[in-house]
Amino acid sequence: MIDFLAAAVLAGMPLLFATLGELVTEKSGSLNLGVEGMMLMGAVIGFVTAYNTGFPGVALLGAFAAGAAGALIFAIITVTLRGNQVVTGLTLTIFGSGFARFVGDPLVGQSVPKSVQAFFARVNVPLLGDIPGIGPVFFRQDAFVYIGYILVALVTIYLYKTRPGLNMRAIGENTASADASGIAVDFHKYAHIIFGGGLCGLGGAYLALVTVPIWQADVVTGRGWIAVALVIFASWNPVKALLGSYLFGALSILGFRLQSMGFHVSQYLVDMFPYAATILIVIFSTQKNRKEDQPPTNLSVPYFREER
Amino acid sequence: MKKILLIALAAIMVLALSACGGKDAGSAATPPPADSGSNAAAQEPAAEPESGDPVTVGFIYIGAVNDGGYTQTQHNGTVALQEALAGKIKTVWLEGIDDTNTQAATDAAKQLIDQGATIVIGTSFGFGDALFALAESGDYDDITFLHFSGSNINDKNFGNYFGAMEEPRYLSGIIAGLQTKTNKLGYVAAYPYTEVKIGINAFALGAQSVNPDVVVNVVYTNSWYDPAGEKQAAEALLSQGCDVITQHADTAGPQLAAADAGAFTVGYNLDNSGLEGLEDAFLTAPIWHHDVYLKPTIQAILDGTWTPESYYGTLADGYIDLAPLTKNVTEEAKAKVEEVRAQIQSGAFNVFTGPIEYADGTVLAEDGQKLDRGQIWSIDKVVKGVNAPE
Repeated sequence: MIDFLAAAVLAGMPLLFATLGELVTEKSGSLNLGVEGMMLMGAVIGFVTAYNTGFPGVALLGAFAAGAAGALIFAIITVTLRGNQVVTGLTLTIFGSGFARFVGDPLVGQSVPKSVQAFFARVNVPLLGDIPGIGPVFFRQDAFVYIGYILVALVTIYLYKTRPGLNMRAIGENTASADASGIAVDFHKYAHIIFGGGLCGLGGAYLALVTVPIWQADVVTGRGWIAVALVIFASWNPVKALLGSYLFGALSILGFRLQSMGFHVSQYLVDMFPYAATILIVIFSTQKNRKEDQPPTNLSVPYFREER
Repeated sequence: MKKILLIALAAIMVLALSACGGKDAGSAATPPPADSGSNAAAQEPAAEPESGDPVTVGFIYIGAVNDGGYTQTQHNGTVALQEALAGKIKTVWLEGIDDTNTQAATDAAKQLIDQGATIVIGTSFGFGDALFALAESGDYDDITFLHFSGSNINDKNFGNYFGAMEEPRYLSGIIAGLQTKTNKLGYVAAYPYTEVKIGINAFALGAQSVNPDVVVNVVYTNSWYDPAGEKQAAEALLSQGCDVITQHADTAGPQLAAADAGAFTVGYNLDNSGLEGLEDAFLTAPIWHHDVYLKPTIQAILDGTWTPESYYGTLADGYIDLAPLTKNVTEEAKAKVEEVRAQIQSGAFNVFTGPIEYADGTVLAEDGQKLDRGQIWSIDKVVKGVNAPE
């Protein structure tokens, strides 16, 4: 059981980073459906930089920058040029997948350097790692997992306890009012779209650097879409996003575990769970209609100051 | 200003996309060996009276030619074919063709024919119906179609080919059965199809032939290609005590999971013994040598002596094989594999020889019965000793 939970945390890691990234993006009022594409861009550039330099820090920076670059394309088209966010996001997914295939082409089958693999090996946190039950699940994991904890804390504080966080939430809720109160709308949108894209890139890099440290085309295989669903599931709350990522991670491997234990469940059925759960959550939250569970009011609405 | 920016962005996107798309159409039109080959032909016109322009052979691939698995194996055969028949043929190919989309396969075939291909080869199951429809339409009677893994055939221009993968799977099962300590073997499989179940059964029968107590636990991933998912599936099996992991899926994920857990692994499609991290885990892999079929077949088509056939390559042909056994395979297992391999190759031994019982108690083969190809390909369940979801 502990083994299963520990594996669920790992399976949830790429989801966590991508979900946090999309959450930040959506909180600032932009619906970027290109998560899958940005994850692939981060995965391939993270791998290429790791492969060529052997420095884990450079690989992380590279992955972040690649996801951010994908998000920058999205930001230019949707914020400056006011293009349709849904169409642009979908295009970004296709672009990212082509980009990853193109850039990764010469490296298929190559391994992540030993130095990078060693950095992402499992580390036992002193004291915390020895707590029965909780320790092995949460505190005997790889560096990414711990970065994830810190990130959730930072994003939560940023969103709810800081002025820029308040500003960006204001833009997401009511762009015109935020603009009227002197908040630099375009700047905030750009900054959060790009930061969110960078996190998606890190999520992709986890798959290419840690989960299976060999470059193979299309490593993300649909996890970007699960992240988009997870943001809704988590009702735009970073802490719920953490729990949701672990839950969805657990669901993604639950079928394999049950099969290996001799329970004959259909993998097709298990593959539906994350989406079915999201639909249920959407129905419930719509019924209860609590303000804090609703999407940002101006989500995916292009903002034209002239039409205010 | 905005418009100019928009146009510029659009142009960049189009360029970027076409740069990616451009890679799809590959061609070995004028590789150095082909040049030297055609020079040789020109010098000796009498020796090869049929050699005028090289005949174009077009391949349709589901994945990328360097995907590290299925398509790479197919393409290795294509490259070997080109080298063997340099000067006489020119190979062209299309990568990444969706094999669930009949129209995509039809368009790919027509594109290859437009490029001059007179032999069109579909290398994935899903291409079969599209190619067969073209072959039967009457418009393409001058084109020869070959299809990997299907059963369609006609009497003028459509043949198919496949291999008795159950033979090397059985041999790899022998190794797994001898080297397991927990008597639990793990099998990461893509889909519960006949082809996959034949492989599972052959592997299990091989393992049981040397170790009657062994059980094979199967996990289906419902995907041919999911590196992370396949690794997680293997981890699930490892957590249940399986200490040899094999696979019928396309990535190295299960092999890495086995290596991480200190278990052994049998790969598939490619010899991954050189892959970093697998040094102490990799045993062997059932592999394909597509050139063994392609070389004589294409030569026969060039000679005009080819008639449509349904080829089923065996260990004896060398069309299928077991990758060289690594240092991780014990001497005992090596000796046993060589012994059984010789029996299979001589025809003395059939992998599916009765009595074989299905896991649900029904009979697959009576005592002494040897299943023929048709009977093997109607297997729809797993044998006794295999735990698999139906």
